[in-house]
Amino acid sequence: MSRHRHSPKVVTASSLLEGDTVWLTADDRWTRNMSEAELIEDEAVAEDRLLFAISQPDLVVGAYLADAAPSKNGPIPVHVRETLRTKGPSNYFHGKQQQEQAVAPASNFEEA
Amino acid sequence: MYQYSDFDDAFVRERVAQFRAQVERRIDGNLTEDEFKPLRLMNGLYLQLHAYMLRVAIPYGTLNSGQMRQLAMIAERWDKGYGHFTTRQNIQFNWPRLADTPDILDALADVEMHAIQTSGNTIRNVTADHFAGAAADEIADPRPVAELIRQWSTDHPEFQFLPRKFKIAVTGSPNDRAVTRAHDIGLRMIRNETGEPGFEVIVGGGLGRTPMIGKVIREFLPRTDLLPYLESIVSVYNALGRRDNKYKARIKITVAETGLDEFQTRVDARFEQLRTQFGGADLAMLARIEQAFAPPAFRSAPLGQYDAAREADPAFRSWTDTNLAPHKAEGYAIVTVSLKVHGATPGDVTSDQMRALADLAERFGHDELRISHEQNVILPHVHKSDLPEVHSVLREHGLATANVGLISDIIACPGMDYCALATARSIPIAQEIAQRFDELKLEHGIGALKIKISGCINACGHHHVGHIGILGLDRAGVENYQITLGGDGTETAAIGERAGPGFSAEEIVPAIERLVHAYLDLRSSKGESFLQTYRRLGIGPFKAALYPERVDAHAA
Repeated sequence: MSRHRHSPKVVTASSLLEGDTVWLTADDRWTRNMSEAELIEDEAVAEDRLLFAISQPDLVVGAYLADAAPSKNGPIPVHVRETLRTKGPSNYFHGKQQQEQAVAPASNFEEA
Repeated sequence: MYQYSDFDDAFVRERVAQFRAQVERRIDGNLTEDEFKPLRLMNGLYLQLHAYMLRVAIPYGTLNSGQMRQLAMIAERWDKGYGHFTTRQNIQFNWPRLADTPDILDALADVEMHAIQTSGNTIRNVTADHFAGAAADEIADPRPVAELIRQWSTDHPEFQFLPRKFKIAVTGSPNDRAVTRAHDIGLRMIRNETGEPGFEVIVGGGLGRTPMIGKVIREFLPRTDLLPYLESIVSVYNALGRRDNKYKARIKITVAETGLDEFQTRVDARFEQLRTQFGGADLAMLARIEQAFAPPAFRSAPLGQYDAAREADPAFRSWTDTNLAPHKAEGYAIVTVSLKVHGATPGDVTSDQMRALADLAERFGHDELRISHEQNVILPHVHKSDLPEVHSVLREHGLATANVGLISDIIACPGMDYCALATARSIPIAQEIAQRFDELKLEHGIGALKIKISGCINACGHHHVGHIGILGLDRAGVENYQITLGGDGTETAAIGERAGPGFSAEEIVPAIERLVHAYLDLRSSKGESFLQTYRRLGIGPFKAALYPERVDAHAA
């Protein structure tokens, strides 16, 4: 029966304006950082949250449920496709990995 | 080159204006995504893994320097400073913002380009031999016919909602560089026994999940009958093609399920109806188009500099050995500029490189550029005396890689690094294979070898017709790569045979290395290519090289 067990999910989509990957948070925001996403254990709740996502076509496109796993830094992807969506392509330092680096100096400054 | 008429220009501008309004209505909430999606796809705008992607048509792969510079400008202004040339002679921009796309389409219209019918269930960008108008082996330049088909198929009211997408390729040479046998319709220009020009018409070829080599539906179609006959084929397909199952909707399945004879009978019946209706307008149009493709004024000049440079510079000599093809005009060569630097992304060019290529075309190449389905750029008309300087400029811009037709000249689709449909990455595999064989310093010794990689079953990377094909699949969330062997996309077209179980991302490059070493051991002479050796010996010894543990187990 274990193969039918519900695995934890996140709601993910693409933002309408940039096409950038976004995730739904527990407080109903769309975040560009998967670690802030709501990790949903319950299948019925997941379906409900997906309907909520689909009801926002002015913000996001193509919402779906993706498998995810918990970590101390929030949800992390399970599938390689979702891993790529959290980073960007592997041939160039573009997409999310680039955006993260761009904000790094500011956070370093705060720590100092 | 063909130049837009007032009608063409007005049509493209109007489409941009319509799309601008559609984008505005989508952003302000007056169109839902379900309503907007078919509209954006009609204009080549996809939504991919990380961003939107705009696919721009390069009809029959032909560009002038002004168009190439405009692509460079678009990449810089609205994207990330590069573009990706595809296996269908298109260019894709990977990072446009939705709100900017109407401006990009306007900028394209300024140089007589567009993204119309680069998506959707329509007749897509018509592709042609990338050496068209230049090749020594050519019967006639296929581009006037390709342009005629482009005009006929663009916004054709009957063919905007076909059962599935529809791809046409044309070649004017007996040596098929346009993969005509793997297209929905392939056209090969031929002459009959009386010397009359016409076409061999091939139908029902295609790759994807059910790869098929096209069948000859008409051995000789007089040139004058082309458009009514094409319209008959597409019309019969439009009526018979399956709309109940996306995976059975391409014409290859229609022809297979209907039977070639029955399909042919129906096409002939339709052709009888349509033939007279064209009334010669198509031929008058073709005659006008042909004038725009008059060959450039070739010059004659001594070749002393070329010969001297070949003697003096081994890098130049190596490049001329691999990257030149015979030109029909004396003293000229066709230059293939490799976009396959070892370790780089196949088919990608930066804005600076695009401008350098445009400058070279303008200075040395009669202002012409071509994009090949093998994801390289062609300077079709360069006098050999200019080649040392052309090579030197290419070298300054990282464009002088001497590897055309060799193992590192790999076709790769964008794969899961970009594509929403992909099941595995293609680009990193291409990068690793090219780097590995560069390290081994083996590629010139290996000789002609085509590796083609697709990141999913849809086969945009043409893996079925690669001498070595690699198909990336998803096995429970992990990338896995299947190898096919013995494929061929030319006039001797063949679908590759699957070698056996797939390999992980870590295992695939060593597997390719074993395969190539097996070939080097097995070939009868240095002149016997990988494909020839494969055809002589069959898949057995190559399987043994790929799966040595199985052979060991069997022996034990």
